[in-house]
Amino acid sequence: MTKLDGNVLAGRLADVLGWDATAADARCAHCHAHGAIAVAVVYTTAMGTVARCSHCDGVLATFVEGDHGRVWFGMPGISALEMTH
Amino acid sequence: MSARRPAAWHVATVVDSRPETPSARRIELDVPTWPGNDAGSHLDVRLTAPDGYQATRSYSIASAGESTHVILAVDELPGGEVSPFLVHDLQPGDKLELHGPLGAYFVWTPPEEGSPRPVQLIAGGSGVVPLYAMADAHARAADATEFRLLYSVRTPDDVFFREELAALAAGSPALWLDYVYTRRAPDGWATAPGRVTRDLLDAATLPAASRPLVYVCGPTPFVEAVAGWLIDAGHEPGAVRTERFGGS
Repeated sequence: MTKLDGNVLAGRLADVLGWDATAADARCAHCHAHGAIAVAVVYTTAMGTVARCSHCDGVLATFVEGDHGRVWFGMPGISALEMTH
Repeated sequence: MSARRPAAWHVATVVDSRPETPSARRIELDVPTWPGNDAGSHLDVRLTAPDGYQATRSYSIASAGESTHVILAVDELPGGEVSPFLVHDLQPGDKLELHGPLGAYFVWTPPEEGSPRPVQLIAGGSGVVPLYAMADAHARAADATEFRLLYSVRTPDDVFFREELAALAAGSPALWLDYVYTRRAPDGWATAPGRVTRDLLDAATLPAASRPLVYVCGPTPFVEAVAGWLIDAGHEPGAVRTERFGGS
């Protein structure tokens, strides 16, 4: 398992949202802290990627890899995302 | 940023690949559809095996600006899925699938108005790549903002962009360049090899009182130690931007 940060999510978020959200402010649904997606703590494994809150370690978002390029995207821990871009 | 240069998938052609350090290669790409990129941004490289298996990894871009000529410097992570291919197997003429430009957070652009803030760059190993792009963009823009780079590297042979950095340091506006050698220093170097410490960081970086923008890039433990010391030293948390990488 590799520990990274939210910068690495830029490509996946551009695929999902259509824009680069790494500089956007996100609010954690668990502890209500907020900050740029880029500062989230990101762990990658062969199965996928999980982004955790840098304050409370709660799960913000998950990307799970399937066969044939299929990806499941979940955002269980982001209660608000800045949309100013 | 994202609207100005939307991320998209591109097909790149390798135009040159040559050794950068004993473990890394500088790879120059022609990407006819590339919209240009800000200094510090990255791209994702996607490799597809004959059976359809895909692996995607992020690499910082060493070049910046409007060009369709894109430069990477890739350090090999032994046992990695993508970097050994890029370092050992990729040849001029080969095609690569790229997604980019990416990263709206870890980028520097010349200040357009107001009083510019000095910039402190802090690199660990190949984490220097996006910071080199920032220093180069600063020089090209003839931007007068004070720029300083603290570069922690194993040995003199492992320095990325050695000649280019020396030229930036000698140019105007100057880049103030400090090396920290962690395993072997050049002959006659004043200090013994060793890692960046809190005291060294205080001595060789812009003080918090000058309110610099700070960009830190390197392996995760390096970035976390350095960012923690910077905050302890009074730097604004919002002014310390970090990018961690784990290779592969």
